[in-house]
Amino acid sequence: MSEYIFYPGCSIESSAKAYYESTMAICKPLGIALKEIDDWNCCGATEYLSLNLTPAYALIGRNLALAEKQANGSQTVVAPCSACYLNLAKADHYMYEDKAFGEKINEALSAGGLHYTPGKLAVRHLLDVLVNEIGLDKIRAQVSKPLAGLRVVPYLGCMLPRPDYGERYSDSEHPLEFDELLQALGAEVIDFPLKTACCGGHMTQIGPDTAFELIRRLIAAASESGADVIATVCPMCQMNLDAFQGQMNGYFHTHYKMPVLFFTQLMGIAFGEKPEKLGFGQEFVSARQALKRIGVEVPEAAPAAKKPAGLPMPSPLQKKPIGTTEEASQ
Amino acid sequence: MSAEEKKPQERVGVYVCHCGTNIAGVVNVEDVSTWAGEKLKDQGVVVSRDYKFMCSSLGQELIQNDIKEFGLTRVVVAACSPHLHEQTFRTACKGADLNPYLCELVSIREQVSWVHTDKDAATEKSKAIISGGVSRVVHHEPLEPLYVSIHPATLIVGGGIAGIQAALEIADAGYPVYLVEREPSIGGHMAQFDKTFPTLDCSACILTPKMVQVGNHPNITLLTYSEVEKVDGFVGNFVVSIRKRARSVNEADCTGCGICWEKCPKKVIDDKFEVGIGYRKAVYTPFPQAVPKYPVIDRENCIYYEKGTCKACEKFCPTGAINFAQEDEIMNVEVGNIILATGWDLFDARRIPNYGYGRLPNVFTSMEFERLSNAAGPTGGQIVLRDGKTVPKSVAIIHCVGSRDKNYNNYCSSICCMQSLKFAHLVHERTGATVYNCYIDIRTPAKAYDEFYQRLIEEGTLFIRGKVAEVTDAALSPAEEGKLVIQVEDTLIGKQRRIPVDMVVLSAALEPRADSKEVAKRFGISCSADGWFIEKHPKLDPVATMTEGIYIAGVVQGPKDIPASVVQGAAAAARVLGKIQQKEIALEPVRATVNEEQCSGCRICNDLCPFSAILFHEDKMVSEINPALCQGCGTCVAACPAGAISGTGFSNEQILSQIDGLLFLNIKSKEAVKA
Amino acid sequence: MTSNPTTSGPPSLLHEVAMRTPGNSHVEMCIQCGTCGGSCPSASAMDHTPRALFAMLRANMRDNVLSSNTPWMCVSCYFCTVRCPQDIHITDVMYTIKNISLETKAYQAKTASDFSKTFIRWVENYGRSFEVGLAGLHTLKHFAGRLLAMAPMAIGMITKKGMSITPPKRIQGMDQLKKILKRAKELEAA
Repeated sequence: MSEYIFYPGCSIESSAKAYYESTMAICKPLGIALKEIDDWNCCGATEYLSLNLTPAYALIGRNLALAEKQANGSQTVVAPCSACYLNLAKADHYMYEDKAFGEKINEALSAGGLHYTPGKLAVRHLLDVLVNEIGLDKIRAQVSKPLAGLRVVPYLGCMLPRPDYGERYSDSEHPLEFDELLQALGAEVIDFPLKTACCGGHMTQIGPDTAFELIRRLIAAASESGADVIATVCPMCQMNLDAFQGQMNGYFHTHYKMPVLFFTQLMGIAFGEKPEKLGFGQEFVSARQALKRIGVEVPEAAPAAKKPAGLPMPSPLQKKPIGTTEEASQ
Repeated sequence: MSAEEKKPQERVGVYVCHCGTNIAGVVNVEDVSTWAGEKLKDQGVVVSRDYKFMCSSLGQELIQNDIKEFGLTRVVVAACSPHLHEQTFRTACKGADLNPYLCELVSIREQVSWVHTDKDAATEKSKAIISGGVSRVVHHEPLEPLYVSIHPATLIVGGGIAGIQAALEIADAGYPVYLVEREPSIGGHMAQFDKTFPTLDCSACILTPKMVQVGNHPNITLLTYSEVEKVDGFVGNFVVSIRKRARSVNEADCTGCGICWEKCPKKVIDDKFEVGIGYRKAVYTPFPQAVPKYPVIDRENCIYYEKGTCKACEKFCPTGAINFAQEDEIMNVEVGNIILATGWDLFDARRIPNYGYGRLPNVFTSMEFERLSNAAGPTGGQIVLRDGKTVPKSVAIIHCVGSRDKNYNNYCSSICCMQSLKFAHLVHERTGATVYNCYIDIRTPAKAYDEFYQRLIEEGTLFIRGKVAEVTDAALSPAEEGKLVIQVEDTLIGKQRRIPVDMVVLSAALEPRADSKEVAKRFGISCSADGWFIEKHPKLDPVATMTEGIYIAGVVQGPKDIPASVVQGAAAAARVLGKIQQKEIALEPVRATVNEEQCSGCRICNDLCPFSAILFHEDKMVSEINPALCQGCGTCVAACPAGAISGTGFSNEQILSQIDGLLFLNIKSKEAVKA
Repeated sequence: MTSNPTTSGPPSLLHEVAMRTPGNSHVEMCIQCGTCGGSCPSASAMDHTPRALFAMLRANMRDNVLSSNTPWMCVSCYFCTVRCPQDIHITDVMYTIKNISLETKAYQAKTASDFSKTFIRWVENYGRSFEVGLAGLHTLKHFAGRLLAMAPMAIGMITKKGMSITPPKRIQGMDQLKKILKRAKELEAA
């Protein structure tokens, strides 16, 4: 049994539940025990980190301090989200490299009775742990239903391979680790030139025109390459490419229907897990057709968990005049 | 302490140099001089002076007069680094009949005034350094230089243009040369080029006459397909072992007719001369004008060596020159001097993933482009895409690939700007395509170079000031479909541009040879952190090294173009000729010696010596140092566990006294300052 | 946080940026090659490329730098950072400039800064972030016109992903976190 400290991150509790479910489903057969940091807080994403220095690092530092305190055997923190992974790794990196800075952050932490020893913990992304620690051999050994014939785009996005403080990836722009993992699952992996290009990040919120263009690039290139699905390693990437795909289509008058999945979902399928246990059906662009091609049936989506009637968002739409919007002009 | 015992016997003069304001601007030189005259009396100082430029003839005369007037037996000069003027002051002492090795030069410029700003502290430190020098110099012994004769032959390693130039200069002066080249032919990288900048004369046309001269010269022994394995000896008397790899062709019988490679059935991708974009046979000469004309059989690819049958070459050879049983031959030659002109390797552009070399077929390196554009190259000089037939309509040339980049090489490769301009010209001339040159800075400092840049602007080259961020085949618009797109900030506009092109050429960096560090070690010279060989002085002695008798020329010393390489080849030859004509030279008498009584025979020093100067006598079980080989570096002295090795001029007594002197000041001078 | 103040006058913005960026950002080492501007996926939305911003920093054009939308458009893709031939930590420098522009209220990028501020409010009050609430509030304010296009997505978030529309539960150590952040802010101001 390999034990790790687990930092789930906020998205996995809301928009990326499928990621959580499938991660749990594959960790079991691989003998991985993930011990969640008790009472962790948000990593600050790119927003908090970019707006102040000391409070942002103290916010992240609280998680590192809690993890150090609760660490029991394992000194490795695993994060499934690229942004969480990078923020935790970055805080550790700069607190270690810049001593005075590290002391300052610890002074802030001491107000809450906490302390973190820079360099103490290794912060790693789930993909890195699976490929470099558990190893492809062990993963291959679990494959009972190879993804033969499924054409997969290995999409890593930015924050996993860059800036890569721990130098864990073969390359910062065209790393091969993810391709190798998907190949181990039996999938047909596409040599994707944009595998570490940007998904749009927070531009979906602050500059949708730019975001849509970045999303279009990726979806169009994947579609052109004949891919069945895009595999992602980050909730932000998955959401931008999947949930915003419809809006992007509307913006450009295109009709792409490219399913975007978490890589752990594909691992689960290859391990012979039932699709419903892997969060399938939660994606906007359904992966049902793609999976059917390799003989995996995904049951009809479960009925809505909550009734949409009480939504706060659609209701103002009825009241607000929307005469001069960008949509209308298109 | 022994200093106490010796002090009454010697009469020391101290001379503090102002070096204009170089020293005097930071150090209170008058105070230092007065202090030494008063406070170091007990150490033997009888006179102490300061002077504006001690190295001037007036300054030297000052010292010489004092030697005579005060009967000085030791001299300490506090000035610049011994690297600069040790010789000056030793010679001055010699002129006054004082043994030159009884003069000690201590540095209060490089070690004090240039590195400190606190004047009081700098003045105190200068006193300490002088005190150390005085305590040391009283233990100096008069020494006589060693004289060695110089063998008139010269070894030149590397048959590129720098090595060729050096070989011809020396051979024409009437002295023998061994020219060793790793490849089957001399010519080096220059032989791969089609045109040379800025005059655009044909590279082969100007190079091959020189190659032929080398091949025919009575004073040059040409050893191609050969490598230096071992170097023993010292300046004037090197013994070099050279491995002549088996060509599998008897040179005496071969006429170079070419039937063998015509008949050879095995086609091989030529990743050396044709840099992977052309083919050769298993028996081959790298190019038609190769010197020597004899081919070699590449045993790794030859069918006969692989399967035991074929022998097509042997069957057709009209003179029976093919010799499959030929073996490597080891040759030992004696030479007086060595010139290293081993050249460079091209930066592996695959290391920059965002430029896509190795992934995107129509991204080419500069050397690939050289072969593409060469009339004798795989396409007969036609500039075409990787498919071998499509002529590009647009070409982007990227400067500084792997140069001026902390991720790869910090240095500027110096030739890429001009080379990229030449490429742009060739593309214009041969294809009429649109050419974009993406640069950070255009560097055209030599004669007629900037005029060439002007010419390229006139020819319509589109210059974009910006380092290309990426080359991609991921199209964002119909215009980009099927093209390579370069994404670059046009920094003079301040906008990001995406430019679709058919071909991208990467002007890749020049890098030290992959084995440069081993080669440096083999010849006992040093490499910079980058891997270039280090010259004795970057301005005033650019082709000599810190090891006597070993010279460097061409790119091996740092990136440079053909004219600069030729200059260095000729310069190194001139230095060697100067040495040869001295017939014998004086060696510094600073040497280590082993006290046989104390040597335990542990041999720790044997391997540590960077000059292989220590030999071991199995019979007596003691080590001995060859005084002609020893460079006085002191490594063995420090390493000897028995304390059996002592360095002339660096004895334990001298070093410990110098430290005592430094510390003496620490206690005494503080009182002096307070007083 | 190393810096090379080049003049003896009042600290330049370049100096301030260098001081306030963790580690050694090498921001003063820019050679204006444009690798960053060429690499940036959101360059088209920026009023200046990052390279131009560094030139303006060097010229100490304080107001122009701090009112630029450039750092606000940064998507943290780190392409510029890993490609920079001078090893400048460009993404981190962008964060610092944002940070100073927010502090001095010099920023013009309303949408971006509001999004960040809303995000921070959630985190500082709950300890966790809340995508549905955040996106909803933010969209209402800045892209009301997009709501029509966004509605299917919002519904999907709830029906498909089973996302909650109520804010997340506060972390237990909210008091502790608030104390830590309070001290951190004091240290920042000091």
